[in-house]
Amino acid sequence: MTLYPSVLELIGNTPLVDISSLSPNPSARLFIKLEGQNPGGSVKDRVALSLVEQAEQDGLLVPGKPDQILMEPSSGNTGIGLALVCRVKGYHLKVVMPTNVSIERRQLLQLWGAEIIESPGSEGSNGAVRMAQRLAAENPEWVFLYQYGNPANPKAHYRGTGPEILRDCPSITHFVAGLGTSGTLLGVGRFLREKLGEAVQIWAVEPPSGEMVDGLRNLDDGYIPPIFEDLGGADLLDRKTVVRPRESIEWTRRLTDVGIFAGISTGAAVAGAIKCARSLAPGVEASIVVVSADGGWKYLSTGAWTDDLDEVTERAKGIIYF
Amino acid sequence: MAVEVRLPTVLRNQAGGASVVTVDGGTVGEVLAKLVAEYPGLAGQVVQADGSLHKFVNIYVDDDDVRYLDGVNTPVPDGAELSILPAVAGG
Repeated sequence: MTLYPSVLELIGNTPLVDISSLSPNPSARLFIKLEGQNPGGSVKDRVALSLVEQAEQDGLLVPGKPDQILMEPSSGNTGIGLALVCRVKGYHLKVVMPTNVSIERRQLLQLWGAEIIESPGSEGSNGAVRMAQRLAAENPEWVFLYQYGNPANPKAHYRGTGPEILRDCPSITHFVAGLGTSGTLLGVGRFLREKLGEAVQIWAVEPPSGEMVDGLRNLDDGYIPPIFEDLGGADLLDRKTVVRPRESIEWTRRLTDVGIFAGISTGAAVAGAIKCARSLAPGVEASIVVVSADGGWKYLSTGAWTDDLDEVTERAKGIIYF
Repeated sequence: MAVEVRLPTVLRNQAGGASVVTVDGGTVGEVLAKLVAEYPGLAGQVVQADGSLHKFVNIYVDDDDVRYLDGVNTPVPDGAELSILPAVAGG
């Protein structure tokens, strides 16, 4: 079908591309799911639509009713996805976002008509979550969807991303994705585990954000998304690995060799997939599927592809790219 | 066995401002015990009184989270790097 009644119908059903030429292990095939193909440009379009539709089903939002306000903390992509969905559906969106995100993330929110409420960059996403929780308490008439604690987030992946991956790569042995809210890993991971059992391994990749966030007063300021704890994330994951900015940017660049122009978190996720491929015993056949959360467009201003690697790495340490 | 330990900004004050310190130990638990012995200000910050990891702390041996390996019993090879990172939000 190439005719759609709404742009929202374009969310999901993203392509899976064979990038095995980048694999360091001839027995390990490598596939990348291009979530940047969603209309809002990232995997979070799925989450945004799921959160809003669930709120509509629950009666928290009423389609067509004027002056309904949603508010959400986001380092970018969820905010952008929600801004697109809200623009199309006629809701007003306020996004609480740290100041240290790329300029393109701000511009995209603005072009979809979202209002940006700035939280201190030094506190990272934790600070945005805290501020949003305070604002939600002060403004109970606002609809607070709270992606970090809302089961509609992983549900989008359990119902969409997971089945698409299994349909397109039935031989999958390893699933690798970035860990932010944990929605992708929980939803896809749960679906694959139910279908394939222990034959599939779930690997999480994360940036060393906690090292870079300098606004933490102490460790009790830390944060674990409620959905990760409520849905048994620690039992679901087989491995969790941190990928640092330099390696993330190196792999973001390497991806252009296979014609993939992806965001910096994709470079991190692919670095994790490469590590996974290297960890396998010789001769063991594997199909590793990695999620590319977004395309590269929002990161052009960081110079990730064009500037000196040392300079870009230092710059990346100062921005939130997950 | 010498192990380099990377400290996050939030813990550096308790280690004289250092971002990387070197201590001995063959497992994560041994390294953390030596770390606290050398920098008593870190007591209770990373490992709790019962020996378990603080809820909002992630420990990595050569970039792998030890909660998904053998926890505090995870071996730390000579020359390995141990990183301590606070759990923070993404997304």
